Amino acid sequence: MIRKFASVVLLLILGYAFYSLVAGFVPDGELNRSAAYYAENTARETGAQNIVTAIIVTYRGLDTLGEVTVLFLTAAIVAQVLSHSRAPAGTRGSGFLPAGELLETGTRLLVPLILLFGVYVFVNGHLTPGGGFQGGAILASAMLLLLLADPMRRFSHRLIAKVESISGLTYVALGVMGLVLAGGFLDNRILPLGQFGALFSAGAIPLIYSLIGLKVGAEFSSMLESLEETEDR
Amino acid sequence: MITIAMTTGFVLILIGLYGALTNTNILRMIVSFTIASTGVNVVLVSVGYMPGRTAPILDDAVPVGSATTSIIDPIPQALVLTAIVIGLGVTALMLAYAYRLFRIRQTLDISKIVELKW
Repeated sequence: MIRKFASVVLLLILGYAFYSLVAGFVPDGELNRSAAYYAENTARETGAQNIVTAIIVTYRGLDTLGEVTVLFLTAAIVAQVLSHSRAPAGTRGSGFLPAGELLETGTRLLVPLILLFGVYVFVNGHLTPGGGFQGGAILASAMLLLLLADPMRRFSHRLIAKVESISGLTYVALGVMGLVLAGGFLDNRILPLGQFGALFSAGAIPLIYSLIGLKVGAEFSSMLESLEETEDR
Repeated sequence: MITIAMTTGFVLILIGLYGALTNTNILRMIVSFTIASTGVNVVLVSVGYMPGRTAPILDDAVPVGSATTSIIDPIPQALVLTAIVIGLGVTALMLAYAYRLFRIRQTLDISKIVELKW
């Protein structure tokens, strides 16, 4: 009881701090300096329509490489932590009920569409809202649907590992090529910028974001698979 | 409009922290942390919003020349994209460790795990 009371008091204080933040908040009238720089120069320097994509893939590309690395580490640690309790092959890890006719038939229709949508989202990351992380998550959701429809299904760990390591290596190689051919690590101008707004434009951004999409999709899929393969007792 | 979004975000943070502080079941705590991190993301995105402006995508609606006066701040959005992905990784890790804890202790109730109490 005292514990609950103490945490409520704590949260009230925090809530008051938040209240003063909201009450004193005045939205900016104009963009701050770095945002204004991105707004003015993104089109000329990177050729990308979507400024958020230009920031993530080019201006702050190194951070994104770090982020993908963190995701890779997470997937590896999840697999390692759960590897002690992997269910034997051929048995279902969890005691799910059978998926049922509707889900199984629906999966056959939906999975190709979801995969196609995921690829669309990350290939068009420089033109429309979306990109590698979102597209990768959509790809992984197709895998989740497959696992829901058939909990006994096992994807090939080797295939997932191959997709992930090849896209990761190519990502780093493209970055190093930027160091040699253009202005710096992960510079997208190793390829011609092309016509503004076309699918094949913005230099290496669509390529890099597609690789990120594949990598993120593979990492999320491997996490899902590790969780699914775990037996519960 | 910004105030509503921001208040929602802060309320989500408070709800999440309340859940994490009062529940003793680890799964409930993980769900609470996820709610709190969603709140943080909502607050961050709402900070970058500016009234009367549009999304930072330079299509037909936003000519390149007038971008500085017609788009909202793109930096919080890039930041939140990162935060969402890392948040997912953190959640996956918490779930994996919760599973290991359950296999070793046969319980998810942290009040029954007393080694670190004083």
